[in-house]
Amino acid sequence: MEANHSFVNFSDKTFLKVALVGNPNSGKSTLFNALTGLNQKTGNFPGVTVDKKSGTAKLSASVTAEIIDLPGTYSLYPKSLDERVAFEVLCNTDNRDFPDVTIIVADASNLKRNLFLVSQIIDLKMPVILVLNMMDLVEKEGDVIDAIRLSEKLGVKVVGVSARNKEGIEALKQAILQPLPVPQYDFIDLKILAPELIEKISDIVNVNSDFAAFQIISNFSEIQYFDKNPDKKEKIAAVLNASAIEGQQLQSLETVERYKVINRIVADCVTHKSAVKTESFSHKLDSILTHRIWGYTIFLIILFLIFQTIFFLAAYPMKWIETLFVVFSNIATVTLPPGELTNLIVNGILAGLSGVIVFVPQIALLFAFIAILEDTGYMARVSFIMDKLMRKFGLNGRSVIPLISGVACAIPAIMSSRTMSSWKERVITIMITPLISCSARLPVYTLLISLVVPANKSFGIFNYQGLILMCLYLVGFSAAMLTSLVMQRILKAREKSYFIMELPVYRSPQWRTVGLTIFDKVKSFLFDAGKIILAMSVILWYLSSHAPGDRLEIIEKKYETPEMVKTYSSEERKLKISSEQLESSFAGIIGKSLEPVIAPLGFDWKIGIALVTSFAAREVFVGTMATIYSAGNSDNTHTLREKMHSEVNPVTGLPQFSIAVGFSLLIFYAFAMQCMSTLAVVYRETKHWKWPVIQFLYMSALAYLSSFLVYHFLK
Amino acid sequence: MNAKLKNLSQLKIGQSAIIDSFTDKNLALKLLEMGCTPGEIVKLDRVAPLGDPIAINISGYVLSLRKAEASTVLISLLAAKI
Repeated sequence: MEANHSFVNFSDKTFLKVALVGNPNSGKSTLFNALTGLNQKTGNFPGVTVDKKSGTAKLSASVTAEIIDLPGTYSLYPKSLDERVAFEVLCNTDNRDFPDVTIIVADASNLKRNLFLVSQIIDLKMPVILVLNMMDLVEKEGDVIDAIRLSEKLGVKVVGVSARNKEGIEALKQAILQPLPVPQYDFIDLKILAPELIEKISDIVNVNSDFAAFQIISNFSEIQYFDKNPDKKEKIAAVLNASAIEGQQLQSLETVERYKVINRIVADCVTHKSAVKTESFSHKLDSILTHRIWGYTIFLIILFLIFQTIFFLAAYPMKWIETLFVVFSNIATVTLPPGELTNLIVNGILAGLSGVIVFVPQIALLFAFIAILEDTGYMARVSFIMDKLMRKFGLNGRSVIPLISGVACAIPAIMSSRTMSSWKERVITIMITPLISCSARLPVYTLLISLVVPANKSFGIFNYQGLILMCLYLVGFSAAMLTSLVMQRILKAREKSYFIMELPVYRSPQWRTVGLTIFDKVKSFLFDAGKIILAMSVILWYLSSHAPGDRLEIIEKKYETPEMVKTYSSEERKLKISSEQLESSFAGIIGKSLEPVIAPLGFDWKIGIALVTSFAAREVFVGTMATIYSAGNSDNTHTLREKMHSEVNPVTGLPQFSIAVGFSLLIFYAFAMQCMSTLAVVYRETKHWKWPVIQFLYMSALAYLSSFLVYHFLK
Repeated sequence: MNAKLKNLSQLKIGQSAIIDSFTDKNLALKLLEMGCTPGEIVKLDRVAPLGDPIAINISGYVLSLRKAEASTVLISLLAAKI
């Protein structure tokens, strides 16, 4: 093969666009982190749900580069969403992200398969630098790669790097600024595969390589960027229809041809020290981690650790955050002049901010675990040992982690579904996770169970209250699995689902990657989902603290009469005022107007108000009930329980919180989508309002029907 | 030759074979790009505890795939152990 080429030189430019591509597990993200550090941002690729990670790096005193971290891909065939992004950016010269330079990251310890993508990009005839990453692993195995020879054979610049140890990063930056060879030869002769067609397509579309034309031929039905240009699209379609060529067939032939050339190059440039490979460390570790007893035991222990951490450990910093915001509110109340604006700042904005930031500890801790599991290569083994079980429910082995985390909180859990590559399985996981009973339901469950289930009765050694609580968790879990089964049938797959997946070699986790993952997740939660949550909390605050006309003032005046002052203590009056004010507020009006709708479930308007306010967070139910029943401090549920217990239904004359109502409400809270933060996160993760809306509707319907049945069965 | 053809899901742990051809066009493309090209040697590395999926050694790395996917890969067994 003749490696003749021309050169480009970017050293006189001040701004460069650099794309980073490579196979999954090639260390691409590590290199991206090493190049950009904290100068990263997450955006969108237009029209797709794939996150676009980009960042800036200073290449020299005068040159800055914008580096786009393209999703990991094995080829430039647009089969999955991730692959489509890489395809669109690199094959469409009109794409706004089309790079000046492309850096291809290859796992040097796995050179053959990594060179496949390299060969495709070389044939696009764009300025390319090949980064051989993980050279330390190659040396460890005793192999030698002749980088100079490889560079000659491929006709591109080759730089050896160990991104983990940050070795070779400076050399890479320098390499971009030196004259870069642009490959001019064909890695394989595509014209033999598609004679005449390549020329015909090149006449219609302005392409700078045979491979770009070949890609249009073999992937035409997948390509979206011609939609803006129907004229061209029609012409291409006409040419392709006339030729009766089959895209898949072409790609298969292309792949086989490429590997033939690659095999020759690898044989030429790589020397294996010993013919017989010793059993690798990864292989030995897999014998334990995918063992039928040890594998599951260890996975269970890991799940247990994750659960303990986000359920119990996270509770401390969450408490600190809440305390801190109480302090802020107190300061603001004291220092700011009393009035509507202060009220908005203290009870609307500060309370809303507290409600957003309180999730940060759980998100940070869960993603610390996930980053470690991903970075070490263990996550792939989770898929491997759990696939058969989860597949039955339309889920993926990786769904296990979101589902278990959902017991603590659906918000970090839904964010963790990002590790799933199949869109359909990921959407199902996102849709069912909120059915798992989260920690915010616990206060609601505890209050209601203590209200309707006698404390001193037990079934054998099992306390009734504890049994009911356990049943609620089981009901939530079963509902999640059943919903998954249904959705598996309804949802159409956007892409073909494969399991075909690399089991990467185990590596020790890098704290830098873990730290950056946490930083990235927390940032994207705070700024993307956080603003929606904040806006909704301000709205909810307004609804529950404002009323039409001067109703609130009238109530206050009512309790200021000497007669009232005589009858009630100031504490009692305060409680009665807030109770009546909530009742006449907008939230109260909504709650009351809900009564006809929720009456079939056994709920009165008081519960209606609590349903409205607890949309901020489920545990608010308890606080709202305390206000409505003038029960004072919501931390002490004893008084509230007494008051709710003695509440009499005005129609039947029987206790309002009968067993039927109690269980109906329990089931309602188990299933209902009573959490605006979750909806905001679902929107953030799916990038479409359609999914949170569907989720809200199906969960509400499920809750309503189940409560209805429970109420009428027990009545 | 054809009489000896088996598919990849029938391989026993530790057994090696040569990839011959594919029966599913879609899967073939994915497997090809992952380095499972005709003529390559595959070895069954391990089977997941529940019997599915399986993990194979190919082109110097470990690839896991479901049995259903593996059954679309036709192989010819190697006579001697490699």
